[in-house]
This record gives sequence, C-alpha cells and structure tokens, in this order.
Amino acid sequence: MRKETIFKMKSTYRDDFRIEGYWFGSGEKTACIVGPMRGDEVQQQYVCSQIVKVLQEKEGRGEIAEGKSILVIPSCNPFSMNVGRRFWAMDNTDINRMFPGYDQGETTQRISAAIFKHIEGFRYGMQLASYYVPGEFVPHVRMLSTGYEAIDEARLFGFPYITTRTPLPFDTTLLNYNWQIWNTAAFSIYAGRTDHIDAATSQQTVDAVIRFLYNTHTFVNPSDEAPVQPGFNSGFINEDNLESVTAHHAGIYVRKHTAGDSVMPGEVLAHIIHPYDGRILEEVRCESGGLVFFSHHRPMVYQNALLYKIKTS
Amino acid sequence: MIKEIVSTALPVDERLLIRKNVIKGGKGKKRFCIVTGTHGDELEGQMVCYEMARLVQKHIDMLDGTVEIYPALNPLGIDTIQRGVPNFDLDMNRIFPGSEQGTMAEQTAFRICNDLKGADMVLDIHSSNLYLRESPQVRINVLNEEDLVPFAQHLGVDFVWVHDAATVLEATLAHSLNSTGTRCLVVEMGVGQRINHYMCCHLVKGIFNLMKEMGMWLGDIDLTDITTGPLLQPIRCKGNRVTFLNADCSGVFLTDARTGKIVSKGQSIGTIVDPLTGKVLSDVTSPIDGFLFTIRAYPIVYEGSLMARIFEYNEEEKQTVENVSAAEQ
Repeated sequence: MRKETIFKMKSTYRDDFRIEGYWFGSGEKTACIVGPMRGDEVQQQYVCSQIVKVLQEKEGRGEIAEGKSILVIPSCNPFSMNVGRRFWAMDNTDINRMFPGYDQGETTQRISAAIFKHIEGFRYGMQLASYYVPGEFVPHVRMLSTGYEAIDEARLFGFPYITTRTPLPFDTTLLNYNWQIWNTAAFSIYAGRTDHIDAATSQQTVDAVIRFLYNTHTFVNPSDEAPVQPGFNSGFINEDNLESVTAHHAGIYVRKHTAGDSVMPGEVLAHIIHPYDGRILEEVRCESGGLVFFSHHRPMVYQNALLYKIKTS
Repeated sequence: MIKEIVSTALPVDERLLIRKNVIKGGKGKKRFCIVTGTHGDELEGQMVCYEMARLVQKHIDMLDGTVEIYPALNPLGIDTIQRGVPNFDLDMNRIFPGSEQGTMAEQTAFRICNDLKGADMVLDIHSSNLYLRESPQVRINVLNEEDLVPFAQHLGVDFVWVHDAATVLEATLAHSLNSTGTRCLVVEMGVGQRINHYMCCHLVKGIFNLMKEMGMWLGDIDLTDITTGPLLQPIRCKGNRVTFLNADCSGVFLTDARTGKIVSKGQSIGTIVDPLTGKVLSDVTSPIDGFLFTIRAYPIVYEGSLMARIFEYNEEEKQTVENVSAAEQ
C-alpha cells in the first residue's frame, strides 16, 4: 500500500485539510473507490475503512492482479465529519455538486478539481454516496442514465438491485455524471444507511465491492483464507417505476416497515400520529405489494413527505 | 388581497404558508410579480416588497393592472436564518420547476412556478449571500438576452450581466419561467442577512419605472419619502470580461474596498492576514483597470474563496461606468 496526499490546504483556525489516497497494486488505473464527500456519511466512512483493510490483506497475500492498480480515497471531507456538518462547513456547499471542479475557482470547486484530477482515467469508479432524502435503502448500485451507464458491469457487484435514473440539470455536477462523461464506468454505491453504522448492510457493501474486483479480474483467484461471497443475480430498476408513498398528514411517524421488508398490497407501512393527543391521523398504506426499497427514517414528517419507495412485485 | 399559494402541514401544530399580496388597479390585464426569499439568508427583497406594497396601495389610482408581491418563497429558511429549506438538502433555486410527486420542497417549487406562470413580468430579487456584497445588478442568461435586456435597462441597476448558459442553472426559478414563456428578471444586490436601504429604495424606483414602460403605471409618483438617486443607464456586460479574484491562501481578508467603484490595475483591494503571527499572507490587488461590482463581506477565507469580481470595460463603455461609479452611494 502506498499513501498519497490528493489535496492539502491550510486553514487559519484548524489543522491542515487533507485528502489522502491509498494505492494498491501497480499499473493500469483499474478501480477507484471514493468515500464520503459529506460529513454525515458515517456508514460510507466505515465501509471505506473495511475496504482498505481487506485490500491491505489481499495485497499482502499477492492477490492483486499484475499490472492493475486500485485507489481508495477514504474521505473527501474530513473537516465536515469532524464538526458534524453534512456540507463544507464554511459556506455549506456540497463537494459532490462541484464536479469536474475548477482549480482556480471557489474552495469546494478546487477540492473537486483536485479529486477529479486524481480519479479520472480509471476504468471503474465507485463512489460511496448518500441520498438527499433522509432514510434507509436496500443496498444497491445506482447510475445516472447518460447513455454511458455501464449496466452489464454493474451486475458484477452482485447487489440485489441496480437502479438508473434520468439526470436533472442540477445533476450534471455530480461525480457519477462527470466520471461517465470522461469514460469511466461509474457506479454510485448506496450502502443502505448514512448517518449511522449498520453491520449487516455495511458488510454486504464491502462484499459487493470485493466481488466486483474479483469479477473484473482486478484480483487473482480468491484464496481459501478469503473466499468471495456469492452475490445476487441483480434485478434492474428504473427509478421512475418505483411506487412513491407519501404522507397525507404531518405528525409523528411510526414505522411498521423498513427497507428490505416485503409488503402486501394495501398493507399498513406506518402510522402518522397526532403530536398532542396521540390519535392515528393516518395509516400509511402501499397500493401495490412488493419490496420496501427506501424508507424515510426521521421521526417527524411534513405533509406530503416522501416516506417509502416500493419496488412493486 | 392576501392569498395563500401553499399551505402544507408541519408535524406539530403549524402550517408552512407561502402567501402573496394581490393588488389590482384600473382595468389593465397586465400582471407584474415580485418574488423574493427563495434563499432564507437574503433579506434585501423584504424591504423592496414592503415599499412596493406600501406605495402601490398609496397610489392605487396610478396602477393599471395587477401587482403581486411574494415576500417569502422559503419562509422557514428566513425564519431560521438558513439559506436553504430546513430539513432539505438541495438549494431551493435548483429544484424548479419542481414536482407534484416529489418531496415537500419540490412540491412547493411546483406550486410556486405554476402560480407565477402567465405573468407579464416576474422580478426575482436575491441579495448575494453572507459572504459577498454585490452592486445592484440584473443577471440574464444569454439565451434570453434579446428578450430581457430591454426590460432590465429600465430598472436603474448598476450592472446588467449577460452570462453564459449553464446546465446547472436550468433548474432555477428564472430559467423555468423564461423557458416556458414567462419573463423573469433576476436581481442581485447587497449582502446576505442585511438590508441596504438605499439600494432597496433605488430598486423600488426602478420597478415603478419599468412598470411605467410596460404601461401598467400611469405617470410618476412622488418618491420623496424614500432616499434614492437618479435612474441611470446600466453598465452592460456580456462575455468573458469579468475577472474573479479568488484567495490564494487561507486567512482573514481585510478590505475597505466598496462595490460600484472604478479600480485601476495594481490598486489594492485588500490583504489576507494571519491573526496568529501578525503577518500579511497575501496582498490582493486588481489585475486590471475595471469596475468593482462584487467584494467579499465575510472576512474568513479559505484558499479559493471569492474575494472580488471586476468588470473590464472598454473605451466605449467608459462614460457609462463613470456615471454609475459617481452615483454610487
């Protein structure tokens, strides 16, 4: 393993801001794994740390294929994580909305530019990402539909699901979009949780990344010490086809189901409770049965809030 | 007449309310909308809305059409001193035209956009942010230049900036309206979390002037109870003639430079200093002769923080720039 400082910047009141990269193997820029860009992505931080740990072990056993290199950037934004802020603490800008960056521009544009300079040109790019609505997902790999999305390669993760969605104008500054445009097969990995660590979904995500590296021959054959966990034959979902379930009332949200659960048509997914007298204001139901793909997880909800996304059967 | 355009329940005994004041006069069919407060930390529009509501009603006999005033598109943001919508990650001015099926913020954006559609003019007032102080200016996407610049010239702002089209800006309120046939001008002025009385009053005067040009305001009103100067021809900027000064190191940016002034090449704009060592880390100077229309207001900078914007004018534009600079308060 070789460490490289991707970006360093002095701060007037804090320690230097540093983005570190961990290189494994040597040769062709094969796979790049990018960790949290937002300060609340702690599950993503944990997953990255576990990937680095596994890669160190594999490199030690000589399991990285000849002529292939892997770069892991475990954090793009340690400053925000250290002070409990989701975005860049000084101006609340989002590093993941600044790609491909601009090295003469504003601070987060410069950070994005430095990151992108190091990570462009990889054959495969994986970003441990999070969603702008707070909640939990079934772990999956997600891509923007740019015309360059690599759906066949996405199956090599063996995640239960692959999703695609049409980019909005605002999405053209995301890393996933820019990686694709610059000829990297780009995958946003949704590790199920964001602001807390869940052992099962984080392990599932680590296994999927390792599986992908085997399936793309970035690793040589697995040793008996570290067998590859079998994956799923991934289902493909266009996100437009997920059924959205919204709250018709505001109040306290009591979940009956969470991501990964199977539900029947008309089943009660949650209750919305009156915050003063405890009345059930609403039984939140799904129209169709299927799999709970996404579940909102904050205890208070607004009227019309998105609560669930269901993959219908 | 006060109308609610959005009323959404919040979890504990409260509703999110977005309201507008509809003021009608005469028989004219034209509709002029003034919107502000998309970003909760921008307050200049509050005084503009107040003065417009007050003056239009005071001189209602001169109105021939409808003026609609929307002071707060993001009321929860204003109330909590947040730029964005509380509990929502995305900038509200990046989610238009919104979605009927989306999150609460996206649904709100959808209803706002629908409510504004069909107006003869929408004026979307912003006031930079906490970090930068701006000369009064109108920003226009190059795609709408031909249609909008003739209107913008009547507003009495210092600067009309015709900027390049950027995909990311397609999700702004202005783009969403302009691309569907409703004219929308974006005004930027002042600094976040503060109100500059002179700038606000001057824009009010400009709005009456524009309404007069549009045939909605009959004659001139007495504006002696608000402080303002003459309406001048704005400086017009198009293309790559704006120089951005970004910090080359982190520190504290000290400046006494003011916007709306001519600066010469090599002139000091400020210094970046280190309060711990007492050292000057960087002397910030203007790389060109130009018109300073943006200056940093929040002193702490990181490497890359924007400190100033300067427009490089040509000989033909010199007189206009000098006029604007001389009138700047």
